[in-house]
Formats: sequence, structure tokens, C-alpha cells
Amino acid sequence: MTYTSDEKHFELTVNGSKHQVKDSFLGASLLSVLRDHIGMTGSKGACEEGECGSCSVLLDGNLVCSCLVLAASVTQSSIVTIEGLGGATDVQQAFVECGAIQCGFCSPGLVMAATNLLDRNPDPDVDDVREALAGNLCRCTGYGRILDAVQVAVDGRKRNKL
Amino acid sequence: MPIAHPDSIEDLKEILRADTSIVLLAGGTDFMVGLNHGSTRLESDHLIVDLRSVAELSTVELDYRSKMLRLGAGVRWNDLLSGPIEDAAPCLSQSARTVGSHQIRTAGTIGGNVATASPAGDGVCALVALDASVVLTSHRGQRNVAVRDFATGPKTTVIEKDEFIERIDVPIVNGWQGYSKIGTRNAMVISVAGAAVVLSPDSQICRIALGSVGPTIIAADSASSFATTAIDWNTSSVSTDDLDQVVQLVRESASPINDHRSTASYRTHAVGVLVKRLIEQGLRSIKESV
Repeated sequence: MTYTSDEKHFELTVNGSKHQVKDSFLGASLLSVLRDHIGMTGSKGACEEGECGSCSVLLDGNLVCSCLVLAASVTQSSIVTIEGLGGATDVQQAFVECGAIQCGFCSPGLVMAATNLLDRNPDPDVDDVREALAGNLCRCTGYGRILDAVQVAVDGRKRNKL
Repeated sequence: MPIAHPDSIEDLKEILRADTSIVLLAGGTDFMVGLNHGSTRLESDHLIVDLRSVAELSTVELDYRSKMLRLGAGVRWNDLLSGPIEDAAPCLSQSARTVGSHQIRTAGTIGGNVATASPAGDGVCALVALDASVVLTSHRGQRNVAVRDFATGPKTTVIEKDEFIERIDVPIVNGWQGYSKIGTRNAMVISVAGAAVVLSPDSQICRIALGSVGPTIIAADSASSFATTAIDWNTSSVSTDDLDQVVQLVRESASPINDHRSTASYRTHAVGVLVKRLIEQGLRSIKESV
């Protein structure tokens, strides 16, 4: 049966907790609600057209650009943001170890994309990694150390499995 | 302005019957860009209908007996990349792989690509070459429209206010097919020019569709029928002169514009090169597989 939800006042499930959203504007994106209403500023907003990937989050386990999600339409979904990873996952550690960060603006999105790739494909080759990260722009690093970091995380997971 | 979450096609029909200020929301990858940048505005009397809640719209039916792939409008790009769909409609898979990033392919749907009616729609180009049709449903019934006739211009289509795209029927064609596009980089680009070619030695048919070189995706009929007769299907070959003529006809059927992405003359040139390479590649592949 059809149910309807309110566009301005609704509830979102982010990182396992319920968050009440009040007085959101018509057509607000998930990104803007996460940042401006819920106060989770880990997801970054840059292009707001799905080009840069810095707002990447998991929506029901799938990697999406939160700027392209109508916030009020995902009240039934489970959302995981960079804050939900906790700060010390293997992928995050690998980024630190490899110096895969300069200004850090793209890092939350890249960490989400890399984490999602490793969960989908535990043994990606370099082309798989490049394709999976193609939607995340970094203007500092030139990507070399980011690719290194993903490889370190892949190798680490393989070692832990042995 | 509430959001409706229908959970069945029947519900969806009733919603569209009752209300006329409706925005159908599929993957949102195009619609939200407009909202974020202010080029699309929502009014308080708009009703947004969340198509993601209709599970029936995400079904895939592969029917080799009637040689038809039936793709629910809500099937996402990432679901088209591999597996049985890739076997049944390779050029559609290839086009899917060129769409956006993983994030975009997770959200965007094939029905949304058709409904958006972009002249650059990658999936639409493949669907036109495959002679696919759109199944439009409303409380009044159902009708089929060829994908090539569905868009009437940039962002305009023949869909009625109470209709929605239920599925796309894609004929399964034996032989070779390919999709190719040119952009400013290898990922994340809206095509500057694109082309899909379907070559079927069994039914001796060559079908060519062109993207980003006109107000809609173009079915290059004159080039297709010339190629169909010019190709020697027994030897899977075509003379250089005849192939040049196909390229000439392709370029004549294109009517591109100059814009921030490219120039009309480059697009006209590029789309001919794409078709030529696709046909050469296809015939070579057919020859090798015999």
C-alpha cells in the first residue's frame, strides 16, 4: 500500500541511529540535510552534481552521491556516512600510512568508495581500483598515493584471511 | 508537498490517475542536479512519487524463446554491466559502463535514462540500435512506443501525464554489437559523440544509432540500410568504398550543434569515425568467430 511522507519533517536512519529532521527545505538533498540539519559534516559538498564524489555515502549498502539523493525520499533506508566508519578502519589507516591525504577534502568520499570496493571485491586489480574511484576527484595528490593506500588495504585484508 | 511511496504498479497507476502535478523520481541523478543548481524548482503542490519503492519496476526477464529481454524501468546501470544481460544485449552493457561513476551507476536507472530524453543518453543510443521499445503504462492501459520515437527533442517525450515507463523491451539479436563514445576523458563524461552498431549475420541486418549529434538520439536509417546491403554477409566484409559511403551517410544524418562540450564539425567528423571503427571491429569479430 502506498504511504506518504512529509517533505519537510522526517526521520532518517544514519549510522544506526534515528535522527529527526525539522524544517528542511523543499527538495533538500541528503548531503545538505546531513551537514546542515544533522550536523554530520564529514560528507563534503563541492560540485553538487555527482561529478566529484566527495559526498559519497552508503545507502542501503550501495555507494551513492548524497547530493543526488532527495533526503525526504530515503526515510526507510539505512544510511552510512564517513562518521559511521569510526575513524580507524583498515582503509583509513592505509590512507594515513601512505600519505594519501593532502588537504583532506576528498578523503571522506575516497575512503567510502575504497571501503565499498573492498567489500564488493576483496581482490581488485589496479584497473578495478581505478574504475571504482573514477567518480572521486582529488586535486592535490595526483592519485598515486591513494592507489597505493587501497593496495595496502587490499593486501592487509588478504593477510588477515590467511 | 508530500512524497508518495507506492509499492506496486497498481498503486502507481492510481496515483497518476488522481494527480496531475507529479514528479516521478527514479535514480535522481539528473533531477537532483537541477534542484541543487536551481534550474528545477519544486512547488508546494507538487507530489513527488518515489519509484524506487516499486519493486516490480526492477524486474529483469530474459526470454530466449521469444528473443526478448524485458528490463524493468527501475533496473540500475550497475545491474546491466555483466552477467546474463551482458550476454543478451552487449552494446547496452557497454553503454552502461560508460555512464558516470560507480556512484551514478548505483542510482541511475535505464527507465530514467529514456525518460530524461537527453540527446547524449548512452543507454538510449544502444536501445535505438537494438530496436527496443518502451512499454508505457497508465490506468487506461498499456502501449508500446519504439525507443527511437519516444523522445521528440531534448527533454521532451511522447509520455502522457498519467503514464509511466513500466519496462523496456529489448530484442535479443544474434551477431555482434558495440557501443562507443568520445568524451574529454575515459570516465565520468557526457559524450561529445556516441554510436551504437548492431550487426546480425543471421538476419543480415546492420543497424546504426548516433548520440550527441542531434536533438535526440538518431536512428541512422539511410546509413543502416546502405550498410545492410553493402556488407557481404557470407564473408563478413565490406569494401572500403562502401564503408566510406556508410560514413558519409552517417555524417549526413547528423545535425549537431556547437556547445561548451564540442563543435558541430568535430562531432560530425567523430561520429563517422566511431561508426567506421565499430563496423570494422564487428565484421572482424564475426569473421574470427566463424
